[in-house]
Amino acid sequence: MNAALLIFFVLAGLAVIGALNLVLQRHPIHSALSLIVVMVCLAGLYLLMGAEFVAAVQIIVYGGAIMVLFIFVIMLLNAGEEERTDFSKLAKIAGLPLALALTASVAAAVAKSGAAVANPTDPAIPKATEQISTMLFKEFVYPFELTSFLILVAIMGALVLAQREKK
Amino acid sequence: MVPTQYYLILSAILFGLGAVAFVFKRNIITIFMSIELMLNAVNLAFVAFSQSFGKVHGQVFVLFVIVVAAAEAAVGLGIIILIQRNRQSLNVEKVNLLKL
Repeated sequence: MNAALLIFFVLAGLAVIGALNLVLQRHPIHSALSLIVVMVCLAGLYLLMGAEFVAAVQIIVYGGAIMVLFIFVIMLLNAGEEERTDFSKLAKIAGLPLALALTASVAAAVAKSGAAVANPTDPAIPKATEQISTMLFKEFVYPFELTSFLILVAIMGALVLAQREKK
Repeated sequence: MVPTQYYLILSAILFGLGAVAFVFKRNIITIFMSIELMLNAVNLAFVAFSQSFGKVHGQVFVLFVIVVAAAEAAVGLGIIILIQRNRQSLNVEKVNLLKL
């Protein structure tokens, strides 16, 4: 087993454990912390694939900004442990098998499409970050501008939603 | 060299776990986090395909997905604060005005 494969299995195992922990924990803050573990592991996998820019954005935006926002809201709302409510009978019987079936069918579909593409011999795309920036400001310049508009609308929406009602 | 299928299968597992969490969780914040987990799984598949084709298009799409996720998190958490203020609870079972 070579080093890259070993690193992959360590990171992938940690990511799956983190995701499982997210499902099993009942306190939202524990779920949030395990989600951060998943995101950091995914950033490591991006580095392994030679996508440095995406790895950096993953850490800064996902692990930094978005998760801090989540934890901030959890603490602001003083969210306690999840209340346990009864599932319906159908969910109790069919829930887990259906979830497994979903995972298996998605895995089979993507693995089949993955088999159609060749495995690259050279791991990294040369000058990936440079290529991304060129593409972002040439080919995808209109979508890129639209995202800034989207962020603006999101900021205004969040402000309107979260402000106190005037009397 | 790690085969592309390994990444894709990991991505499918993470997506499935996200879907399970989305359905089974009762806390609205945790449900929101499971959406983020599913988006992350999709991003992993994007980068894996980008690497396997030797083109950076997939990585550009990941950037757009992250932007949309950030916008969604901002608006969604605003909605969560509003729900907490109106219902005094984060349980999704209590948010059932549209239910038959």
